[in-house]
Amino acid sequence: MSRSPKLIIAAAALATLVASAALAGGPSEKTEAKIETKAPQRFNIGRAPSAEEIRGWDIDVRPDGQGLPVGKGSVAQGEKLFMDNCASCHGEFGEGAGRWPVLAGGKGSLTADNPVKTVGSYWPYASTLFDYVRHAMPFGSPQSLKVDEYYALVAYVLYLNDVVTDQNFELSNSNLSTIKMPNEAGFIMDDRATSEKAFWQKDPCMKNCIAPVKITGRATAVDVTPEDKDGKPRGVE
Amino acid sequence: MSKDKSLPSAPRASRRGFLTAAGGLAATALAPQARAGAGNPANQPPNVPEWTRTLGEGVAVRPYGKPSKFEKDVVRRDVEWLTASRESSVSFTPLHELEGIITPNGLCFERHHGGVADVDPADHRLMIHGLVDRPLLLSLDELKRYPRVNRIHFMECAANSGMEWRGAQLNGCQFTHGMIHCVQYTGVSLRTLLEEAGVKTNGKWLLVEGADSASMDRSLPIEKALDDCIIAYKMNGEALYPEQGYPMRLVVPGWQGNLWVKWLRRIKVGDQPWQTREETSKYTDLLPNGKARRFTWAMDAKSVITSPSPQAPIRHGKGFTIVSGLAWSGSGKVKRVDVSLDGGRNWWPARLDGPVLDKALTRFYYEFDWNGEPLLLQSRVQDESGYVQPSKAELRKVRGYNSIYHNNGIQTWHVQANGEVENVEVA
Repeated sequence: MSRSPKLIIAAAALATLVASAALAGGPSEKTEAKIETKAPQRFNIGRAPSAEEIRGWDIDVRPDGQGLPVGKGSVAQGEKLFMDNCASCHGEFGEGAGRWPVLAGGKGSLTADNPVKTVGSYWPYASTLFDYVRHAMPFGSPQSLKVDEYYALVAYVLYLNDVVTDQNFELSNSNLSTIKMPNEAGFIMDDRATSEKAFWQKDPCMKNCIAPVKITGRATAVDVTPEDKDGKPRGVE
Repeated sequence: MSKDKSLPSAPRASRRGFLTAAGGLAATALAPQARAGAGNPANQPPNVPEWTRTLGEGVAVRPYGKPSKFEKDVVRRDVEWLTASRESSVSFTPLHELEGIITPNGLCFERHHGGVADVDPADHRLMIHGLVDRPLLLSLDELKRYPRVNRIHFMECAANSGMEWRGAQLNGCQFTHGMIHCVQYTGVSLRTLLEEAGVKTNGKWLLVEGADSASMDRSLPIEKALDDCIIAYKMNGEALYPEQGYPMRLVVPGWQGNLWVKWLRRIKVGDQPWQTREETSKYTDLLPNGKARRFTWAMDAKSVITSPSPQAPIRHGKGFTIVSGLAWSGSGKVKRVDVSLDGGRNWWPARLDGPVLDKALTRFYYEFDWNGEPLLLQSRVQDESGYVQPSKAELRKVRGYNSIYHNNGIQTWHVQANGEVENVEVA
């Protein structure tokens, strides 16, 4: 890390020192110059939020369970809630209605021609499911359910994906972070700098770089571009 | 490419038959010169036009100006079949109609996950908390009292050109490359605010979160946060537009658009990433071996010819012809752009015109005498890190066909003898 947080703390401390020096001896030119060039200024603009204010917005959850609210809900409770609040878009079994997202299935499809990326086949952490559903679902009325109901819904979606298999399973703040998702090991850090090293070149080729090419695909053959009445892609004058 | 190999999410029902479309094209095909004669001769020499003989509108008839009515087609467009709802969807910047490097505010593409939040700035608050010495709660007016910075940067959706991974699909650079805009942002350096709050030594990551219905949230590493990020409240001099995050958004220069959280309301400092939905389920890039790259933040060097292009055919026939295009890189400045007329076999240097800025759109031109023969137009950018924009084939060799995001492969336009232009793949 090039810019360490330690530097910031040190700089803030320096700013405090400079400020108190200024208070004690009056603002000298030397002190002002120091403030401009060295220490990050404190502006003292804004105020500290209260613990209660933070609590109202601070609902995010991490894979290690940090942030999970106290609560619980079972697969069976989740099934009923899912039918009432989710199935109209996601299907009764998470199979997705129309173009709405598929939540379950697709296991083993990640190397297939058309992978099906769902909670069970793709998502690395159960915490993400809780975090996302609780802050953004149901689509159109997010944050409208109770904490226990979100635990139940998440339990049901995990059940739909065979991540939990017992219908009596109860998900809670104490066991959510222990749940292992099938694809947790399926992710690597961005490795473009090494795996795509060949794209960094000194002098790109300018003449006779490749053999003459032929057209191998045409957008007009696929024909899914929005069209104006004249049959041309929208926006042609 | 078979139809089945095209984007799997394209619903068959909405596809028009190829024969119908081809028939339509043939019926309306214009001779290259047909447009030059259009218009009303009564307004053309030697006659004195109507607008010379009458008074025009007075001042402030339009308190907020709009483009000429003759520019009514220069608008954002969407592709209905791409998404299930318009509230979690995308519209595209009409790149084929624009010049220079600055995108007009009303034309900047949109990407929302829960619609456009209708935020009253009087009630909006920015909260900074977590591993900090002094948690902060700021109103918009308070944010504006912090020292300001002005910077011009491109903002590109990670999924820009994503529909083209499996082959040429959408016919127009608005649709293939239009999930990008470039404006001048005014705001406060994120570093300034983090210094005000005093990040603790174990503060390594930020959770940044929006106030919209999706509460869009992402994890941002502290190095980037302290480097060049901005909390912006103005774009191109005026307040952010609601669809761009009014009253404040995060600006993360060079990095994928999803991180540029709109309606920004909360920054929490922590010691590890949160692994939110938008950095696990989405914005991770599936590779052929079934593993997926995560935290692919930077947008690599990319370019596209905006004219001629499928929505901007050559109407003037053969002769002096201007190729105009855009190049950009999330790793720094554009160093050079080359243009090919023969599908990448031979290249000629293009001319960069206007400012060449760090992590910003750069305009290039290539002027030549068109002899009226078909062309396979391409552009290829090299940025200051030495990275050369790869062909789509080179990208697919490493990443396969299912990455969805980060398609910066070279675009080919087929210019036909009649001046019509088509999105094609070549090999």
